[in-house]
Amino acid sequence: MEIAGNSRKEPVKDSHPPQLLIEMFRRMALIRSFEARLSALYTQGLIRGSSHSSIGQEAVACGACFALQETDYVTSTHRGHGHAIAKGSDVKRMMAELLGRATGYCRGKGGSMHIADFSIGMLGANGIVGGGIGIATGAALSSSVRRSGQVALCFFGEGAINQGIFLECGNMAALWKLPLILLCENNQFAMSTRPQETTSISDLSQRAQAFGIPGFKVDGMDVTAVFDAVSGAAARARKGGGPSFIEAVCYRYEGHFSGDSLKYRSKGERAEWEEKDPIVKLRDRLVNAKLMTAREADDLAQRAEAKIDDALEFAKASPLPDAASAFEDVYA
Amino acid sequence: MPERSITYSVALNEALREEMRRDENVFVMGEEVAVWGEGGGVFGVTKDLAGEFGEGRVRNTAISEEGIVAIGVCAAVTGMRPVVELMYGDFLPLAMEPLVNQAAKLRYMFGGQARVPLVLRTNMGAAGGKAAQHSQSLESWIMHVPGIKLALPSTPYDAKGLLKTAIRDNNPVVFLEHKLLYFTKGPVPEEEYTIPFGQAVVRRSGRDITVVAMQAMLFRCLKVADKLSQEGIELEVIDPRTLVPLDEETIIASVKRTNRLLICHEAAERGGWAGEIGMLVVEKAFDHLDAPIVRVCGKNVPIPYSATLEDAVIPSEEELTAAARQLLKW
Repeated sequence: MEIAGNSRKEPVKDSHPPQLLIEMFRRMALIRSFEARLSALYTQGLIRGSSHSSIGQEAVACGACFALQETDYVTSTHRGHGHAIAKGSDVKRMMAELLGRATGYCRGKGGSMHIADFSIGMLGANGIVGGGIGIATGAALSSSVRRSGQVALCFFGEGAINQGIFLECGNMAALWKLPLILLCENNQFAMSTRPQETTSISDLSQRAQAFGIPGFKVDGMDVTAVFDAVSGAAARARKGGGPSFIEAVCYRYEGHFSGDSLKYRSKGERAEWEEKDPIVKLRDRLVNAKLMTAREADDLAQRAEAKIDDALEFAKASPLPDAASAFEDVYA
Repeated sequence: MPERSITYSVALNEALREEMRRDENVFVMGEEVAVWGEGGGVFGVTKDLAGEFGEGRVRNTAISEEGIVAIGVCAAVTGMRPVVELMYGDFLPLAMEPLVNQAAKLRYMFGGQARVPLVLRTNMGAAGGKAAQHSQSLESWIMHVPGIKLALPSTPYDAKGLLKTAIRDNNPVVFLEHKLLYFTKGPVPEEEYTIPFGQAVVRRSGRDITVVAMQAMLFRCLKVADKLSQEGIELEVIDPRTLVPLDEETIIASVKRTNRLLICHEAAERGGWAGEIGMLVVEKAFDHLDAPIVRVCGKNVPIPYSATLEDAVIPSEEELTAAARQLLKW
């Protein structure tokens, strides 16, 4: 991975703790390295079915998950690799799942669209658009009943806000003041369709008004903007203040899945968004604040690549599942 | 002139195009039907229809399966002939309310006042690792609901002829395609034709065992039939084409000749339509059976991702061959 950027001479003060910024940078680089491998793995026939890259959306995943605690819940979408990595999932076991190996998170049964890591509250990617909304609301109800103090954050795309479940669960969560964060990742595309073609309002955060809950629109290319919004929503949820809706505006750099011809958009559009690239932006910020040298930033990105190399090696060396395991875990 | 050969997907596209030209009340609605890929539809079924008929008749929708089907039902009741598409059959559960409680019931519970000429197109089947939420075969759920017709074409010829019939039918029709068949080719005449519902096809004649199968499993059974034929075992393979209405006569008549029945479907065995057809034969041809009826079906587990696992839960040629040999031991 190459990360370009300009550094200035004078340190620029940053209100966020240096260690947090560095860790978020490290994690975002790891997501990008992971996702950048997908298309080659698909072409080589190592990945079956559909896999969806979240390149360009790393700041949303990391800004949100770093504002949560390990015990908090997240639910994800079909485009869920970044969410899992941001929440702290092991890229080795993720890669093994993509390759359909017995050592994968789902022992080869789930694949790209169904990676889950319950040990850190990652309640799963989901192949049904809007499928995670109900699950997150249920987790929020459970944590509210158990008074566990856990928050449930639901990642969903802008394409999911027209599913009926969004209205049904948003209403109940608001009514019962559940500790839920509805994080709408507006990456501009539901497959090939833009939100303005399918949604009657342009400011999606206005949907919050229908539930009587706070609605925010943040720059999803800026990791601290997402971090701050989710931190506020989490604090409010933990105090019994109920759910919040956050629209994080970002851009899906790649196609809907590996193999998308992308005929519905121009290359220039992607280039415009790349000007605001969340990883480059954070790198520049770290370097400008003298929290890191340009070289250290590059080393860090290199280490992310090496980690993914290891993960791939681990996955390739792992056994395929025994066919008999197809019949395990149908019932507890 | 030799008969032309086209894909299942193109055959479906032609049926839509011809019916939309014939009847201005026919329109198409669903997710990604107008733009995606090479001009509409994840499997190319609605390709370039938006170009010819405009966005008013090829409506790209939000991701709102319940809404898409509900709107389709009501448009049908008020004089239109909507063909709604769900991108994957696994999204049927999201739309069961308007399908099961509305489309299937309105005419009946309103004493015949309404008619619901709705076609709901979607697809079934595992296809290369799409895993548990994009691989299911749920046709038996639909078969269980009175008030809905159910078609499952296996060839390009049937895909076109049955879809035209579905669109002209005055009842809700669930039209289930199969992901593995979209890009298979077969002969389709240039001239106009339709295929009536409730007429099975005997895909291969044989004296020893009657086999009932559809879509991807039909072709697997035909392969097994070819191999067993070399040993002198002759399977008679029947493709019902529509499960509702079901051509009972063709199946019963065949069993009366072969005295043995094997039913194969990709859907999970438990509660599947194989049980329904087996029971039908028990009721109507029990005296003719020389052996217990055998089912070779999907295992009662969700469809897993990894290839070794996916293969383990879907009927294989080996299983079918073994089941056929076993039947002949009686």
